[in-house]
Amino acid sequence: MSTSTTTYAKALNTALRDALTADPDVLIMGEDVGALGGVFRITDGLTRDFGEDRCIDTPLAEAGIAGFAVGLAMQGFRPVVEMQFDAFGYPAFEQVTSHIAKMRNRTRGALPMPIVIRIPYAGGIGGVEHHCDSSEGYYVHTPGLHVVTPATPADAYSLLRESIESDDPVIFMEPKSQYYSKAELELPTTTEPIGRSAVRREGSDVTLVTYGPQLATALKVAEVAAAEEDWDVEVVDLRTLVPFDDAGVEASVRKTGRAVVLAEAQSFAGMGAEIAARVQERCFHSLAAPVLRVSGLDIPYPPPKLEHTHLPGVDRILDTIARLQWDDEPDHTHTPAEVSA
Amino acid sequence: MSEITDLLPCPEPVQLLAADGTAVPPTEQARERGYAMPAPEDLLAVWRAMVIGRRFDAQATALTKQGRLAVYPSSRGQDACQVAPILALGEQDWLFPTYRDSMALVTHGIDPVEVLTLLRGDWHCGYDPQARRTAPQCTPLATQAVHAAGAAHGLARRGTDALALCLIGDGATSEGDFHEGLNFAAVFEAPAVFLVQNNKYAISVPLAKQTKAPALAYKGVGYGVRSEQVDGNDPAAVLAVMRAAYEHTRAGHGPVLVEAHTYRMEAHTNADDATRYRTQDEVDEWTGQDPIVRLQAYLVGQGHLDDARIEQVRAEAEDLAADLRTRMNAEPAVEPLELFEHVYAEPTPQLAEQRELVRHELAASASAAHGGTETKDTQ
Repeated sequence: MSTSTTTYAKALNTALRDALTADPDVLIMGEDVGALGGVFRITDGLTRDFGEDRCIDTPLAEAGIAGFAVGLAMQGFRPVVEMQFDAFGYPAFEQVTSHIAKMRNRTRGALPMPIVIRIPYAGGIGGVEHHCDSSEGYYVHTPGLHVVTPATPADAYSLLRESIESDDPVIFMEPKSQYYSKAELELPTTTEPIGRSAVRREGSDVTLVTYGPQLATALKVAEVAAAEEDWDVEVVDLRTLVPFDDAGVEASVRKTGRAVVLAEAQSFAGMGAEIAARVQERCFHSLAAPVLRVSGLDIPYPPPKLEHTHLPGVDRILDTIARLQWDDEPDHTHTPAEVSA
Repeated sequence: MSEITDLLPCPEPVQLLAADGTAVPPTEQARERGYAMPAPEDLLAVWRAMVIGRRFDAQATALTKQGRLAVYPSSRGQDACQVAPILALGEQDWLFPTYRDSMALVTHGIDPVEVLTLLRGDWHCGYDPQARRTAPQCTPLATQAVHAAGAAHGLARRGTDALALCLIGDGATSEGDFHEGLNFAAVFEAPAVFLVQNNKYAISVPLAKQTKAPALAYKGVGYGVRSEQVDGNDPAAVLAVMRAAYEHTRAGHGPVLVEAHTYRMEAHTNADDATRYRTQDEVDEWTGQDPIVRLQAYLVGQGHLDDARIEQVRAEAEDLAADLRTRMNAEPAVEPLELFEHVYAEPTPQLAEQRELVRHELAASASAAHGGTETKDTQ
């Protein structure tokens, strides 16, 4: 079989299509997922081909959609819910955190929740407010949820199929800036399972740990760093935030001795902080420099004309790598003189 | 779209028995909707379950005083709503209860100790929801309404004629999920029945501060849901109205909303002080509406019930209470390592690490308890 050029969006669409074919208990639900095919066209053609009984336009109420999925899961169905945008998922927060995440535990395993909640998230697409949030932090902080965020078309397909087959609820976060990224790919494809990270570029000097919307930027940084600074950057794509691949990250950082965590989300108390803490706890004696974070700013997502100030770009990331005490000298970035200046 | 008149509740709560137990002829509209006095054997079953249910409820309240339950929200006074809708359910139907519906769960045949597990505190849900076709008691308000809608749709998709019964309180009708549950059930024509037990208070806040609706039952009409209101302290009327609702929804006509006008005789829980927000006069007035007294008077008056049978059921209720006391007085076994078992199908590597940590902590404290000479953990 030959490969063809496949977008991330098309890979997701194919995964949904294949899941509907493979299992009659799989149901797709959400706002505008029917005739329209979703605002990002991820469910394009599914209602036409599988009927509005399998790919279901629901009333416009996110808590209702999530709670309805809970009831269906109790009856053995596998709902795949689309939240139209990251911030539009917030009305469903109680259903997600109090019921979907906890039902298995509350009932000692009697009522598992095989629900996938797909969330187009993060920015970089010139979206207006409430359309660009990096909301993963809320979900990774909630025990009982798996949080998966593919960064490539192959992972988009494989991780979505695996998420739908999982008996645990999965928050499936799709970086919308990557919907039109392409790869030469043959579908179906199976990549590494949920819970494993992947080294996207091997390097020897520093590990750049990232996920989702920032993988493409990380790879760009690695090329510039090699060409201009002679730093050999290893790029680790987490793929799954929960469960977290401590072993994979640890192996890379022990090899390179330096780590920078790159996340698009606001920084404070977020996923990046968790990664930095874990690396520091596990790799302290292998580290030649403190673990640093590069992230979005701790502000509400900015208006489109200002989003490039917010998003971690190549320069901000290179500047951070430069602070990794390359000459075994103290980091002068935060000297008292500068702080008071 | 249904005719609005089909959706509208009766203008007054449906009643078949007056407070003194005399039969009330149904209104013309009630007759049209099929609300007739149930057969004596059905009413006897409701009466018996109410007597047993109330004894259970009193025993549970007593167990809080002995420290055996962390807390107990009583449903005394709502006995008719706790019993009649449950007895009318079919084998395949699903129940979505709240924290105040323990009496309903006991009526449903669930072991009282399993019902009280949540409040005793050794696990969250003590019964097997799949085996009992009963969701865990819902503590967040109204979230179970959308679960019931989804489950009802799922039951219909499976080709059964089973329905989902959602129990809910008056305060929770202000929550968004109540409205989303009604709307989803209506849009999907799901076989769901929503029973609002309007007991007049959401903890301390009276109904007048909760809504300006003429009755909560009218809230269904805007969603295209057939709606009804019933005297919730009239066991005969509750049974008749709920049966008609089940029949309607089983026939594929979509969901039904029923509001039962009743009263919470106890405080919100044993930890609450109801004297801060309601008068004794009001409580006394509702004492005169008691559902058990009402039905018992009717059944005795009709010659269906005698002192011997009353004594027999009273003894049965005492046996249940005694058994519950004995079993609840035994300290439940808890297994700390079970905390890790049901978070996911398989623990994540991070949880597995924490499980090892706890395993070591447990081993260390066991060793210390057995006079081990290990140095004490600095905790």
